[in-house]
Amino acid sequence: MYFENIRKGVESMAFLSYLINGMGLGSVYAIIALGYTMVYGIAKMLNFAHGDVIMIGAYTAFYCLTVFKFSTFTSILIAVLLCTVLGILIERFAYKPLRKASSLSVLITAIGVSYFLQNLAQILFGTNPKVFPELMRNSTFSLFDGQLTLSYKTLLTIIVCILIMILLTIFVNKTKTGKAMRACSQDKEAAQLMGINVDNTISITFALGSGLAAIAAVLLCMTYSTFTPTLGSMPGIKAFTAAVFGGIGSIPGAFVGGLLLGIIETLTKAYLSTQLSDAIVFMVLIIVLLIRPTGLLGKKVHEKV
Amino acid sequence: MKKTIRKIFDKKHISRTISYLVVIAGFVIIQLLMNTIGIKSLFRSLLVPTCCYIVVALALNLVVGVSGELSLGHSGFMAVGAFTGIIISGLLEPYLAINWLRLLIAMFVGGIMAGIVGLFISVPVLKLQGDYLAIVTLAFCQIIKSLLNNVYLGVDINGLHFSFVENRISLAQGGRMLLSGPMGAIAITRLATFTAGFLLILFTLLIIYNLTYSRFGRSIMAARDNRIAAESVGIHIRNTKMLAFVISAILAGMAGALFGLNYSTLQPAKFDFNLSILILVYVVLGGLGNMTGTIISTMILYALPELLRGLQDYRMLIYSIILILIMLVTNNQTLKEKTENLITKIKSRFLKKGSVAHD
Amino acid sequence: MIMKKIITLLLVSLLALSSLAGCNKPGEPEAKTIKIGLSGPLTGGAAIYGVAVKNGAELAIAEINAKGGLQLEINMQDDEADATKADTAYDFLLDWGMQVSMFTVTSGAGSGVAPRYDEDHIFALTPSGSAPALVYSDTKVYATTFQMCFSDPNQGVGSADYIKEHNLGTKVAIIYKSDCVYSTGITQKFVDRAAEIGLEIVFQGAFDDSSATDFTTQLQGAKAADADVMFLPIYYTPASSILKQAADMSYAPIFFGVDGMDGILTMDGFDTSLAEGVYLLTPFAADATDDATVHFVTEYQKAYGEIPNQFAADAYDVVYALYQALVAGGVTYDMTAQEIADILIEQFTTMTFDGVTGTSVTWAANGEVSKAPKAVIIRNGVYVNAE
Repeated sequence: MYFENIRKGVESMAFLSYLINGMGLGSVYAIIALGYTMVYGIAKMLNFAHGDVIMIGAYTAFYCLTVFKFSTFTSILIAVLLCTVLGILIERFAYKPLRKASSLSVLITAIGVSYFLQNLAQILFGTNPKVFPELMRNSTFSLFDGQLTLSYKTLLTIIVCILIMILLTIFVNKTKTGKAMRACSQDKEAAQLMGINVDNTISITFALGSGLAAIAAVLLCMTYSTFTPTLGSMPGIKAFTAAVFGGIGSIPGAFVGGLLLGIIETLTKAYLSTQLSDAIVFMVLIIVLLIRPTGLLGKKVHEKV
Repeated sequence: MKKTIRKIFDKKHISRTISYLVVIAGFVIIQLLMNTIGIKSLFRSLLVPTCCYIVVALALNLVVGVSGELSLGHSGFMAVGAFTGIIISGLLEPYLAINWLRLLIAMFVGGIMAGIVGLFISVPVLKLQGDYLAIVTLAFCQIIKSLLNNVYLGVDINGLHFSFVENRISLAQGGRMLLSGPMGAIAITRLATFTAGFLLILFTLLIIYNLTYSRFGRSIMAARDNRIAAESVGIHIRNTKMLAFVISAILAGMAGALFGLNYSTLQPAKFDFNLSILILVYVVLGGLGNMTGTIISTMILYALPELLRGLQDYRMLIYSIILILIMLVTNNQTLKEKTENLITKIKSRFLKKGSVAHD
Repeated sequence: MIMKKIITLLLVSLLALSSLAGCNKPGEPEAKTIKIGLSGPLTGGAAIYGVAVKNGAELAIAEINAKGGLQLEINMQDDEADATKADTAYDFLLDWGMQVSMFTVTSGAGSGVAPRYDEDHIFALTPSGSAPALVYSDTKVYATTFQMCFSDPNQGVGSADYIKEHNLGTKVAIIYKSDCVYSTGITQKFVDRAAEIGLEIVFQGAFDDSSATDFTTQLQGAKAADADVMFLPIYYTPASSILKQAADMSYAPIFFGVDGMDGILTMDGFDTSLAEGVYLLTPFAADATDDATVHFVTEYQKAYGEIPNQFAADAYDVVYALYQALVAGGVTYDMTAQEIADILIEQFTTMTFDGVTGTSVTWAANGEVSKAPKAVIIRNGVYVNAE
């Protein structure tokens, strides 16, 4: 019964629109996943608070747009700046003192920061859902004689994601700071011996990830307009899964993982069942990890005695 | 007799004895209060959940503290235990009216089911290591929740009816739904008692201590401390970790059954990733491998805030700040020293004011 | 060293316990009142309902207390529309000394505490918890729980009938919330009724708490099935997202909601033009011209600065209905909740009530009310009668 649906679906235009929607969703996951993967690569920690930085970005943009009535561009800029600073502050006060501690302790601290941000937002902004203002109107166009309707928003999301990917890859491979980041993620002590300021590099990594989070927040709210202080929770976990899926520590991995996750989730919802989409997505993750224990594009880590 | 008493109180076993004492003392005090001046309804409603969380935290401590593997999926075992327990209790209700017996059977079967799920999960999970292991446990937790969200189970005179994803069950007269997909179980008969919770905690402590203070326990800890060395000495890593994992799952399942039979409605969505994280926090703050610590930290972190209803909004904020501060102070050398100096300074100031000089 | 630790431990726990222990019996009340308790979502995605109920109830209580005679006091706890939190709120209210209850605002929360109200034999009249699970379960009827609002089966059947009779469309799509007893209950009855009257359902899509923001897949499915009517038996928060995302993909079926759609126009930041032409069900019309409604709407606007929705109106009616029954039954301040419950059950099953949400309202023994839902349509940001 399900397979008939799939066969029928693949033949029709609906499949293409689901696919593109999936890529849109996946692009957001990918941008968020970049934050997780870069931080893990360099600091070997899972930054649980990342999802909540996204939420703060969303609220910042919301208040800039509605209360202060800034332009779209200014609001996004302010959100990015605020999140960047937030990311640096969190790293400085909550994670840096624990650099020599066990990874479990850092994990718990990250959880503490996550709770802190969520509850702060609840107190400051209230838990009632807010509606993000409309940034783009009349946003669809059709192809193939009206059989396929695409949304400009989805396309914008995908394009922004690809742009970020390209820029980030250039940054990491060609610039001095990027090289410093790669060096630190390979071997912190050796990098320090080579004259690289490890502290600054780590801060820059957090800053970058958090800034990207703000962009993800705006893209998220553009499509799904209603949000609450727990906005970052679910996308955070899914993006984190995507980062692991693609190989944690690998930037192209985050991209691939995010896109694939978005596509699998959307197609599952469309053709199999909305209720089972979560189970299937995580099942795929487990299978991938069993076949490739370090993710799709992850590097193999050899344990030394 | 004398020898046994001495054995219980000697240095090696003293921490074990303290655990038992703390639990027994707590139970006795609360029972006394209940039967004399009475306790608030709100407080009474927290007794069973606290016991359940203590047991799950202890079970998690077995995996994280003793076995050294980070598991983010224990709420899944609780869920399996809870709903199995509810189903069993619902099925037996027309035939067995003795409440505590039904509860016991429900907890037993719930535990076994969770154990089977744990066994099934441990096979892929233990193939991985470190953070990847953690993520897979998280994935399984979400899968369990998602699957439970889609199970429809009804019973009537014709027997059991099962449906998946869509509810295609039509019940004959007098039938009832035991499990309704995402809405979970409705109209559960509440069987859980504080005494049952207390006994479960004691049982859990018994199992965990007998496990850790045995040859097997030592091999688990060896595997935790230095995997390669342990392997080279002949310890079968997979099997030892698997046993700890499955036992932990069974205990969590039993606690889940008790938890489920404490409410009149229960939804699978309650047993999500956030619950796993919450229990992990209790374990870490109590001290990895430290059972008494876990019991106390769970009591403080779960029960106490629930009673401060007035400070509801700020309660979680303060909680998170305290969490961060505790982690920072206990793990960072400089902060640790600074805090210790501060405490000694405060102590000496207080003692100076007193007329008698203490040591 | 160890002994010191144990002693400190015991002391701390004793201290903690002593602060929490306390009498479970109600002490001498300062001012004589009948204590009415209830819980509702004062925060979260359904907060508009909780606040509306609070406002409507408090307005009624102020009016009643001003008359002299029997004095009432209300205590509303926040349950965030969650059954577990409603359970805790129930304990809190018990400790406070609740004698009568307005139950809960939402069905989900109510289905959790209904058995407890029955067990403890406390009378509970809900203004808006419409699921049958609040008044009876598969195996028994809850003697003390009653509803002021029309039930979900009524809504499901009524919606299907309306769509068919008024020819709103021929292909119906449904998007419902699968972990919500309210939403699934109405959907079930709608589907059954649609089959009976020959209304074609071409698409059914579900979502739950964890996926309550992204509806693009469900909407695309409905669009692909050529649905021209979309039935939304859900609350206003996800409904607002659906309306927006449908507009984003240029998909414009006729949207038909139930009482949970009420409140969408007052959502913070929501573009009300998206709700143009949306149908919903309500027992209350703020623009009705009868004396009771006019008085209520005017006083509510004076006190809270906005036009009341059906939840406020239902709450207002609940307080007045309780008052009517308490007075007719000769209830006094020192009666226990259980004694009051017996009196009120007798009253409610025999009396008729006239309020702003219905006239000649009566109650069946199982707690269900004899009210029928009315359809309204949103035009230019206001509700217009659509019967």
